[in-house]
Amino acid sequence: MLSKTSILRVVSKLLIPPIMLFALYVQFHGDFGPGGGFQAGVIFASAFILYALIFGVDNARKVAPAWLTRLMLASGLLLFAIVGVISMVLGGDYLDYSMLSKDTLAGQHLGVNIVEFGVGTTVAGAMITIFLIFDGRLREEKED
Amino acid sequence: MTIENIIVIVLLSFMAVTAYLLIRIHNLFAVVMMSSIYSLLAAVLYVVMDAVDVAFTEAVVGAGISTVLMLGTLALTSRRDKERKELNPIPILIVFMTGILLVYGTLDMPPFGDPTAPIHHHVGRYYIDNSGEQVGPPNIVTSVLASYRGYDTLGEVTVIFTAAVGVMALIGRSRKRKKNKSRIN
Repeated sequence: MLSKTSILRVVSKLLIPPIMLFALYVQFHGDFGPGGGFQAGVIFASAFILYALIFGVDNARKVAPAWLTRLMLASGLLLFAIVGVISMVLGGDYLDYSMLSKDTLAGQHLGVNIVEFGVGTTVAGAMITIFLIFDGRLREEKED
Repeated sequence: MTIENIIVIVLLSFMAVTAYLLIRIHNLFAVVMMSSIYSLLAAVLYVVMDAVDVAFTEAVVGAGISTVLMLGTLALTSRRDKERKELNPIPILIVFMTGILLVYGTLDMPPFGDPTAPIHHHVGRYYIDNSGEQVGPPNIVTSVLASYRGYDTLGEVTVIFTAAVGVMALIGRSRKRKKNKSRIN
């Protein structure tokens, strides 16, 4: 798409790794600072979308094929729900993470982290999927 | 007047100007950019109000991703809006009435940052007092979102999942159509 502009290419190459790293930081540091799974997922997806805009959507599709983003979309939500079921099986209420470990705080810490990871996965998957579908539709209309 | 108040007034007037331009401009590309700027200003306003988590989400979703998706939509449709029809008084009347009602509603609200406001004495107080012992994370927002209100967050994630599935169903490439095409070819 915009691949002829070398400034954009160089700058985005410099920016994409820090953006992804920042997404991971926001994901796993959300219980200490601002942020969490939702923001991290969107930031991760935006790094991916930047790559797709600069280096072409075909290259981006090779990195994240449709089955992968759809798997992310579904598995994050499933992970969240399953954590709830596990805490029920272990004798607590639905989504009561205290049951995940003998120590209440350790259980809560584990539960919050897993759940936030699930949120991040689903959000990133959703954003990338929607972006790729828009592009696919655009291409389809050009063919017709 | 404190510096914080001046910053808030400047930001709000910027937002008012952006909103006015949003209505007046007919080039939809510029409209998308304006709405992105509006979101960014709102995010800065949330930072001034010490709501960093909300500001973070607003900047990332409102100014970032939704702009990209709106541009994608523009690529699929048209860059200019339809010719304006004659001004219809009924929608304007409804908008003004709603605005007056909203302003009237704010008159009853406690002033911003008032420690005696009811919102600081109900469940919010409980979270601040007990989050450290019951959940643990230093960021109480995280412990409310993921643990105390985990069920709500599960619902939100389901909404995002449903949105993506909806987009897939509406404009996604269908296998059937691909097959038909290859048959015709």
